[in-house]
Amino acid sequence: MDKPTSTSTQGRLRLERYLRTFAGIVIGVFLLWRVYNVIVLQQNFGADTWVRFGLSGLILGGMYALIAIGYTLVYGIMFMINFAHGEVMMLGAFGGFFTFEALRFIPAPTLSNPEYNFLNAHPFISVLLAFLVGISISAMAGYFLEKIAYRPLRRAPRLILLITAIGASIFLQNLAMLLFGPQRKNVVNPDILDRGAGWIVNVSGNDVLISYTGIFSLVLSTLLMIGLYILVQRTKLGRAMRAVALDKNTASLMGVDVDNVISKTFIISGALAGAAGVMWGIHMGLVNHYTGFLPGIKAFTAAVMGGIGNIPGAMLGGMLLGVIEAIGPAALGIDFQLKDVIAFSILVLVLIVRPSGILGEKLSEEKL
Amino acid sequence: MMLKVESLQVFYGAIHALQGISFHLEKGEIVALIGANGAGKSTVLNTVSGILRPREGAVAFEDQEIHEVPPQEIVRRGVIQVPEGRKIFSRMTVTENLEMGAYTHTDRAEIARDMESVFERFSRLRERRNQLGGTLSGGEQQMLAIGRGLMAHPTLLLLDEPSMGLSPILVEQIFDIIQDINEQGTSILLVEQNAQMALAIADRAYVLETGKIVMQGTGDDLLKDPSVIEAYLGGH
Ligand SMILES: Nc1ncnc2c1ncn2[C@@H]1O[C@H](COP(=O)(O)OP(=O)(O)O)[C@@H](O)[C@H]1O
Ligand SMILES: [Mg+2]
Repeated sequence: MDKPTSTSTQGRLRLERYLRTFAGIVIGVFLLWRVYNVIVLQQNFGADTWVRFGLSGLILGGMYALIAIGYTLVYGIMFMINFAHGEVMMLGAFGGFFTFEALRFIPAPTLSNPEYNFLNAHPFISVLLAFLVGISISAMAGYFLEKIAYRPLRRAPRLILLITAIGASIFLQNLAMLLFGPQRKNVVNPDILDRGAGWIVNVSGNDVLISYTGIFSLVLSTLLMIGLYILVQRTKLGRAMRAVALDKNTASLMGVDVDNVISKTFIISGALAGAAGVMWGIHMGLVNHYTGFLPGIKAFTAAVMGGIGNIPGAMLGGMLLGVIEAIGPAALGIDFQLKDVIAFSILVLVLIVRPSGILGEKLSEEKL
Repeated sequence: MMLKVESLQVFYGAIHALQGISFHLEKGEIVALIGANGAGKSTVLNTVSGILRPREGAVAFEDQEIHEVPPQEIVRRGVIQVPEGRKIFSRMTVTENLEMGAYTHTDRAEIARDMESVFERFSRLRERRNQLGGTLSGGEQQMLAIGRGLMAHPTLLLLDEPSMGLSPILVEQIFDIIQDINEQGTSILLVEQNAQMALAIADRAYVLETGKIVMQGTGDDLLKDPSVIEAYLGGH
């Protein structure tokens, strides 16, 4: 009885894998053909446009990557998708926004400019403060989210955790709307981070603006990713996090306080999302209670694309998704409003062609 | 008394895995716990380590009750388990695995010295120090598991089937190492299905059957006991 079923299961699996590869090749060839048509044959856009798109993709990708790391860390340690993670990012964005608002109303007159406020008199301190506040709020949100909503369900089936996470997401969104109102708020940056300002670079005869806020975000997100990588690979806490992700019982036999490490994982995930939130406010200029929703699910897409549970995968996935989303509509010759559709089509594609993600191990098949 | 286990009752849901187990271990002893697969040996060790909570009964280490103490605190007190199936952190290097063993220690110089002495005992591990744990052979993994346990400076070492799945030569080696560790002052609670070897090195032993202790005595006595020979030593 046992043998034939298992061989026919294997046969089905192999067939499925061929079908997947086949579908991947067909879709890949079609996309390449389409891109070739648009870029090489039609030549609607010059090199300057591609540079502009690519750059904004990298900037966006950096923020996606920071958020995606949070999904991947939490998945690695608890095997759950923390669907409230986007809202954690949104709270950070509000933290940055309110810090700027508060500092804008603190007068800091100078002799030459008696109207000066703190935000512009001390822009570096202001930006630093905004990040400190945003990161702290998101880190705390992550900490309490785990402690209040997820910890009591540690032994519950995973579906229940998932539903709880979705509930927490809705709760936080509505809480933010209640507290701060539904209208979108303009984030007023210090003058030196004016969103229209930047370096002008000449690409094939056209000027391309490389905005200060964009470069600032890209540099900061890169630094944070390097920092996180060092934390996970080189520090004692990082080792403990990896050990807990691999095997909780054995980790506790080493003397690791598993609950404590899980808390810290949520704090770190929250902090990175908070940083992304503040960047979002500074670079995009608008925040409201809905700010975390789309970046949240896109970062989730990025984490799945890179291989959920895999940290470099989340970074790569985030960057790739940002660039694909920015370049995609133009490269495929479709409407720019379809950029969100591209992101989610990618999720579906990845799930069909390589469910374990780009850098993920083939867990899903082994577990069948 | 180093370890005292009294009337321990442990359940997995409705499964009554330990049905009133009592035994003890004096400082410096090797005590063996033998029994067939599913007898409850690992359950005993996991309860001592604090991973499982008893419904009834008590566990005392150095005259202090520990059955409600969290596992990480039990490790700090010097009770270290080398779990069944080695449980090496597969995606971590040999060095990182050893560092995990020293997790409760903070003195970097001391950790480095301890690692050096593990490498002296198991030179194979030194050669493979930067290899991922999951790529080691079974014997190497068992050495790493024991080395990782030693990194914590155990007062009491709990070994769960260290000979499982190893070739006879490796089994000999591992048991020599266990004796050597014991001679250097570490008390050992040894769980084994390989009763022959375990009884040969144990000062005293307990025989476990479906959650109950059915026999006890010195290692030598049990080795000569007809019913033990019948049930656990291949009946010659
Ligand atoms: N996680 C578990 N869930 C349910 N039952 C278990 C679990 N672990 C062990 N058992 C049961 O408890 C009994 C004792 O198991 P164990 O302590 O692992 O035995 P041993 O180590 O002597 O082979 C067995 O009947 C086993 O099936
Ligand atoms: Mg066992």
